[in-house]
Amino acid sequence: MIDYNKFLSPRVTSVKRSGIRKFFDIAEEMKDVLSLTVGEPDFITPRHIRDEAIESLKKGLTHYGSNNGIFELRVEIDKYLKRRFDLSYDPKDEILVTVGVSEAIDLAIRAILSPGDEAIVPLPAFVCYAPLISLTGAAPVIIHTKMKDNFKLNPEDLKAAITNKTKLLILPFPNNPTGAVMEKPELEEIAKIVKETDILVLADEVYAELSYGFKHTSIAGLPDMRERTILVNGFSKAYAMTGWRLGYACAPDQILSQMAKIHQYAIMCAPRTSQSAGIKAMRDGDPDIEYMKNDYNGRRKIIYEGLKEIGIDCFEPKGAFYVFPSIEKFGISSYEFCERLLYEEKVAIVPGDAFGEPGEGFTRICYAYSVSHINKALEKIDKFVNKIKK
Amino acid sequence: MQTQISKEILERLENDCRISPRNLALMLNKEEGEIKEIIGELEKERAILGYKAVIDWEKTDKEYVTALIELKVVPQRDGGFDKIAEKIYNYEEVQTAYLMSGGFDLAVILEGRTMREVAYFVAEKIAVMDGIISTATHFVLRKYKEKGVIYSLDERADTRNSML
Ligand SMILES: Cc1ncc(COP(=O)(O)O)c(C=O)c1O
Repeated sequence: MIDYNKFLSPRVTSVKRSGIRKFFDIAEEMKDVLSLTVGEPDFITPRHIRDEAIESLKKGLTHYGSNNGIFELRVEIDKYLKRRFDLSYDPKDEILVTVGVSEAIDLAIRAILSPGDEAIVPLPAFVCYAPLISLTGAAPVIIHTKMKDNFKLNPEDLKAAITNKTKLLILPFPNNPTGAVMEKPELEEIAKIVKETDILVLADEVYAELSYGFKHTSIAGLPDMRERTILVNGFSKAYAMTGWRLGYACAPDQILSQMAKIHQYAIMCAPRTSQSAGIKAMRDGDPDIEYMKNDYNGRRKIIYEGLKEIGIDCFEPKGAFYVFPSIEKFGISSYEFCERLLYEEKVAIVPGDAFGEPGEGFTRICYAYSVSHINKALEKIDKFVNKIKK
Repeated sequence: MQTQISKEILERLENDCRISPRNLALMLNKEEGEIKEIIGELEKERAILGYKAVIDWEKTDKEYVTALIELKVVPQRDGGFDKIAEKIYNYEEVQTAYLMSGGFDLAVILEGRTMREVAYFVAEKIAVMDGIISTATHFVLRKYKEKGVIYSLDERADTRNSML
């Protein structure tokens, strides 16, 4: 037998597998489960965008594109960012088209961090940041965001976490799994600290378009923050294009060119067909975004009000398509709550600690499902909660 | 008078008539009372004609066939096609009746237990009416989609499985 441990990189083997893998395996195998677990839109990609991709295939546009992305798409990304968020990036050397926001995050982290560095990660958050940071040999420094702060990044906590080794702050808002958002005045406080302490920001704004009742501000648009921010965004959530694997990074040329080097060697270029679809989405997709956002917003209110009526403590999420209720008062762990709900009522939701230890005591419920599906699940959650409340 | 909001209510109800006024209120950013009032109005003015389930009878042991009948008709001196249409749509067996442009005048969708039953109904009740020039009966072999609902799909058709 080969001793593979001798060969495998300790940096990789020491990255922990998600502890709730087991839960997902059970949920996947069980029949007739009402699931509220996914992390993506229920809409399919708008027809005109799909058609454009099909057209590009019919025209035979099946070759590699330029490494940094089709220039036409980069121009559209700049226009889009200007139109929607009042940002401006040079399509020539400040925009890089990537394989989803996922790749953009990886590139940014690899371009910035080396062994011994620290990067700050507010948790609960999407799962990829800390492992990707660890792979570089740098250390993730965790900040717990709290329900009493509506899961926003607290400036005092940020200040306390910054050391002279800190290079990067991950800023993932609107947030998966909490649905928390950071509005302009709150971002201004963060920006002040970032500038004073001379660090960079990786702003993951993939849910920017799904902001309810206010206009999303990008931290990159605040005074003197453009030069300190790597902005990553994509098509997955705004246009319901998760399967196309298309995203982008925007940053000052000096940073972006380094990220582009990794991209060039590891990826070559984002999928050509998806890029054609992306151009169409950015040119003509604003009404689609509006339509889907309004629809999510209605469902957000239905599930938020529904949970409150059941007597589950929940802060009002203002972004993405998740609610993150507290189950603390039931006196069992998130894992146990979700496992029992699954076995006893056949409703699947995600234990909060799937998104980092600070998520313990909470669960993530996705509302990218039909209203009737949501209502059925709420009824069952109500029944379950009444049973365990006593 | 149909406002934007009543149009949105109608669209949502057409999609799912069981959605509650409370849910509609949350979706459309209105008060529940106002939604109920608008729905009441829409029912009164018969913009909303009914609330019916879309059923796949193949899943049951009910015996039934559906037929589409094309009718050519001589329009009446007073009342045009309406008089004869009324005589036809008043039969319980008739599910649907439309006045058409093109190659024939009335399209009628019928349900019966058997083909024979439908054929007799057409021959004995419809073909003999004054003003009917001809009938052509087409039996439905398989239903793929009705009222926007595809027969072969159900909720389990959700193919999303990435959980994070
Ligand atoms: C916060 C966050 N960032 C990034 C991603 C990945 O997005 P993409 O599909 O663009 O790779 C997700 C996906 O769920 C996410 O929730």
